Amino acid sequence: MARLTARLSKAIILGNDNPKGPWGSGGGNGGNGGNGGGNGGDGGPRNPWAFPPGGRRPRPNATSLDEFLKRARRGGGGFPGGFGSKQPWIYAAIGLVLIWLIFTSVHSIGPQQRGVVTYFGRYTGTLNPGIRLTAPVPVANVQKVDVEQIRTEQFPEGTQQNLMLTGDQNIIDIKYQVRWDIRDPESYVFQIANPEETVRDTAESAMREVMATVTLEQAIGAGRTAIEARVQNRMQELLDDYNSGVRVQGVAIEQADPPDAVNEEFKAVTAAQQQAQADLNDARAYAQQIIARAQGEAAEFDKIYEQYALAPEVTRRRLYYETMEQVLARSNKTIIEAPGVTPYLPLPEVRRRSRAEPAPVPAPGGGQ
Amino acid sequence: MSGAFRNPMVIGVVLLALVILLANAIAIVPETRQAVILRFQQPIATVNAYESDEQFGRTGAGVIWRVPFVDQLVWVDKRVLAIDLQGQQVLSTDQLRLEVDAFARFRVVDPLRMVVTAGNEERVAAQLRPILGSALRNELGKREFAALLSPERGQVMDNIQTGLQRAATQYGVRIVDVRIKHADLPEGSPLQSALQRMATARQQETRTIRAQGQKQAQIIRAEADAQAARVYAESFGKDAEFYNFWRAMQSYRNTFLGEGADQTENSIILSPSNEYLREFTNPGR
Repeated sequence: MARLTARLSKAIILGNDNPKGPWGSGGGNGGNGGNGGGNGGDGGPRNPWAFPPGGRRPRPNATSLDEFLKRARRGGGGFPGGFGSKQPWIYAAIGLVLIWLIFTSVHSIGPQQRGVVTYFGRYTGTLNPGIRLTAPVPVANVQKVDVEQIRTEQFPEGTQQNLMLTGDQNIIDIKYQVRWDIRDPESYVFQIANPEETVRDTAESAMREVMATVTLEQAIGAGRTAIEARVQNRMQELLDDYNSGVRVQGVAIEQADPPDAVNEEFKAVTAAQQQAQADLNDARAYAQQIIARAQGEAAEFDKIYEQYALAPEVTRRRLYYETMEQVLARSNKTIIEAPGVTPYLPLPEVRRRSRAEPAPVPAPGGGQ
Repeated sequence: MSGAFRNPMVIGVVLLALVILLANAIAIVPETRQAVILRFQQPIATVNAYESDEQFGRTGAGVIWRVPFVDQLVWVDKRVLAIDLQGQQVLSTDQLRLEVDAFARFRVVDPLRMVVTAGNEERVAAQLRPILGSALRNELGKREFAALLSPERGQVMDNIQTGLQRAATQYGVRIVDVRIKHADLPEGSPLQSALQRMATARQQETRTIRAQGQKQAQIIRAEADAQAARVYAESFGKDAEFYNFWRAMQSYRNTFLGEGADQTENSIILSPSNEYLREFTNPGR
């Protein structure tokens, strides 16, 4: 459309001098030559084909060549001026070509990258880090692949539960991540349609496969490291099977818990274990205590018995009197002259009185 | 004059035609694709078809010639592609339900056959998907639930792959791998009952641990008591009569003087004939 309107407007401009149309007018019309800017946009349909050395790209160049030819045809008078105005166009064209060459044939490959080169689609080699040259773009294509960067895949992606069946038909809620990088850039680029998805699928599959062989206890507790290693190996096997060029750097289980719904029960088990341990500790403490006491008392008795055996009667008496003394010294004492006389003893009364005046004690039968 | 005028135009038109011709006469085949050449809709050749163990750079990729306007190229992906299968309900022989997500990886190895039978990769995948689904259900449906989780699963997968390969061969497709991605209990009652079972198993464990703990504690206490009794018996058994006396003295002291006993509350009524008062009433005897 744009082309059409451009041509139309030009036809209108030209219409004044030369009614034959654009093709006929080209040579004779001096105004056309001076009309360089408008001509540039207009040049598309006819100019490139007229001057083959220009190829596809250098349209401005072609325009200037066109002008040059027109001037040549018009007569020698245009020559000097024509040359003078033409040269910037040539430089611009050369500049454009140079820029295009530099941009498409010089490749800066970073230290973490490799460049996979294809010439007309065919793989020809892999570029190592550095500044590398290839043919320009329609011929050669370079696809840069970041081989050193370690990618991380998180499972699950959100914060939801990721339930999995274990070998003993229990359910576990597991969160893990897989780290991987690219070992073989050509394979990575050419062999697998969707590498990231492939890695994810493989990881999930391998993890479930391994989980199906372990018990819940192992998965939650001690078996984690072994599981991680097995998943990594399995993934690598599968990915090699696909020729994916991917290397699994590691699998890390971040969390392996029972599902939320039964977590309380699992905690109760732990609590029960603690409780049982506490019971045992109590019992052991009691045992220590009671045995020590027995030993202590036995030792005490043994010592006394040793002495008692030397002088039984005296020791016995002494013990008796000492004990009685201690006991009776701190008690209310009532001595009753028996038999026959049985005084009435209002015991509560006695107690009350003894509280009021501690000293005297009624001793009906004579006493102290 | 007019011939000179026409000349560049003619050249231009000819060149334009040549470029168009050239653009139609060559094709660039990348490493990731294979092509089938159709001449008047008649397949005549394949380009860059997959071969195992080929090396990049020595494949059929690159520039190829074709007859302009006559040969038509049909592109086929050469890479490993995926079929995803979501949410397949599988019923095991012991009537347990399992929800399975699976995937198959495949590669088109015979592009000509693939183009003739299916047209393009998407359609192949679409046609293989139900076959994979039914192979999965059939194979898993023959097993018990426990077997689906066991290492035997590898065998199951191989069977599914074989079954799928049989169908896939017709499409010129090689199945690289069939794998189960998820195998979960469906939401709702199966999951709930499994969780319930887990919960009750834990409760059982909890109680057992408690009871075991108490049992052990009791045994430890009893053993300690027994040991204490033995120590006492060994020691006191040397003179039972003296022990009786000695222990009685201790007991009196504890009873009347021990902690917590309100000593002023003790009222002791003694008979004069009491042993303690013997010297009190009959001195010197």
